Amino acid sequence: MAGRKLLIENVHIPGIETFDVYRKNGGYASVEKALKKMTPDEVVEEVKKSGLRGRGGAGFPTGMKWSFLAKPEGVPRYLVCNADESEPGTFKDRYLMEKIPHLLIEGMITSSYALGANVSYIYIRGEFMYILHILEKAIAEARANGMLGKNIMGSGYDLELVVAPGGGAYICGEETALLESLEGKRGNPRMKPPFPAVKGLWGCPTVVNNVETIAAVVPIVNNGGEEYAKIGIERSTGTKLISASGNLVRPGVYELEMGVSVEEFIYGDDYCRGIANGKRLKACIPGGSSVPILPAHLVTKTANGENRLMTYESLADGGFASGSMLGSGGFIVFDEDQCIVRNTYTFARFYAHESCGQCSPCREGTGWMEKVLHRLENGHGTMEDITLLEEINKKIEGNTICPLGDAAAWPVAAAIRHFREEFEWHVTHPAEAQTRNYGLIQPRVEEIKAL
Amino acid sequence: MHNMKIESPSTQDSTPIVFSAEMIAEINSVIAMFPEGKSKSAIIRILHIVQTHYRWTSVPAMNAVAEILNIQPIEVYEVASFYTMFHLNPVGNYVFEVCRTGPCMIVGSDDIIAYIEEKLNVKVGGTTADGMFTLKTAECLGACGYAPVLQCQYKFHEHLTKEKVDEIIEAYRAAQFVN
Repeated sequence: MAGRKLLIENVHIPGIETFDVYRKNGGYASVEKALKKMTPDEVVEEVKKSGLRGRGGAGFPTGMKWSFLAKPEGVPRYLVCNADESEPGTFKDRYLMEKIPHLLIEGMITSSYALGANVSYIYIRGEFMYILHILEKAIAEARANGMLGKNIMGSGYDLELVVAPGGGAYICGEETALLESLEGKRGNPRMKPPFPAVKGLWGCPTVVNNVETIAAVVPIVNNGGEEYAKIGIERSTGTKLISASGNLVRPGVYELEMGVSVEEFIYGDDYCRGIANGKRLKACIPGGSSVPILPAHLVTKTANGENRLMTYESLADGGFASGSMLGSGGFIVFDEDQCIVRNTYTFARFYAHESCGQCSPCREGTGWMEKVLHRLENGHGTMEDITLLEEINKKIEGNTICPLGDAAAWPVAAAIRHFREEFEWHVTHPAEAQTRNYGLIQPRVEEIKAL
Repeated sequence: MHNMKIESPSTQDSTPIVFSAEMIAEINSVIAMFPEGKSKSAIIRILHIVQTHYRWTSVPAMNAVAEILNIQPIEVYEVASFYTMFHLNPVGNYVFEVCRTGPCMIVGSDDIIAYIEEKLNVKVGGTTADGMFTLKTAECLGACGYAPVLQCQYKFHEHLTKEKVDEIIEAYRAAQFVN
């Protein structure tokens, strides 16, 4: 059973990208309800009750984030939508904004009202320039229909929406780097505290939320937070957009109720329909490139032998020893022919390229990791190199202003943790490693016991 | 920031640039999107406008942007050099930026890059002799489910195969480049 969809149910309706069709299909009901029948605090209360957690990757409770927003007299407050979508493996926000742009605009209006913002921004990665144009068209339509501007729906509430592009920088997905970029500067993350909720855009209190998070506010306000919280399991409430990529029969964007099993998601007819070309599963990165990779035997089951579910808790079951994270929902699947060393190298190269350079552990460490992994991948590595990678990892992790350092360190650590034999094989069989891939990895003895 | 960009601004031509009236109007409409006194926020979008017009972001063009925003030229250079989309050196009529990060790599982006190099007789970073194409690689373009992917002048080309690359190159060769 495919389950309920709260966000992208209507994407296939012809013309849904236009205001009229979107409105006819129930669009902007949350704006009407919030502005006419609810106080801003009541909207915040519903979001708290919903249990919604940030969909950008960190999973922080949205209602709580909103309640931290400082409200000094006479100082403007801002809502900034993070549409930077730059975590490798993640392409869900692009899909949502392209197919059903008014859902984001509606969420922005309802959320801005809740936060008391009269100007809100959507910061979108520069590569998505065509989506910036889609959003600006939707904003113009919304404005022409009285959903933006002065005195929206006669409520006395005013709101302007502005879309601003980035210029190609992964780091601008980090909220303080995003704010720097939105101020027209290099995307160097800020020291926290102060947090954006106190000092954000131009020094004013600011909430930064991911596209999907803001879109989810629409069904939450429409149906009530409690209804939303009934979907899902434990603290993973509601639905989640998953971007599925890699060696799958049917990669793409899926909306699923939290709690679908990983096995069903990979193999089920409603979802990815299994591994492409009849191959076997080798590994999976379930939440975007920054989260730990899992070997096949830990993808569909936890180390305790329980079914692994698509929830924050279940994907993290086992900690970093045998679990991973839901992250941004960037679900990357590897078949038996993929080289884990090569993949780890491409991600290390990515982080070295994207480090902003402020903190030396990250700036230097990511460069070292790239070089060492390049050596290993190309048959010039030594056993000490594997240990060296682990050492560099420990020196980066936790020692940087922003999480990019951790994001660069964790995938390398996890790849070595679970695929050490494959790294060692690159050292012991350098010539062979250039001509073929290592293949599937066998579960280790201690892991077999647990299974 | 040694990692992010290897490009330093070209110094080959320092002749001042004067933007056209249309460009100035477009730039002013971007500045108007931000509160008074916050015009610097417009800088990235202005650089996109400049690059769309001139194909690359030259020092004289950045100086002109600085003048409009009433900021020091260095404030423009430091932004342009931070963001990878801005080409600080001359490029061909069409710039192919082929994604090479994990999700694209595992479905064959390495082969696609090698094929384009061979087909256009150009190495990554180079421009074809006729000045038509520049080949670059990119880190994650956010289209992983439709990999392998390349982007050319903001347009995404997805599910790349060698045949599809042939078609794309032919289409760009046949198109009249308007700029």
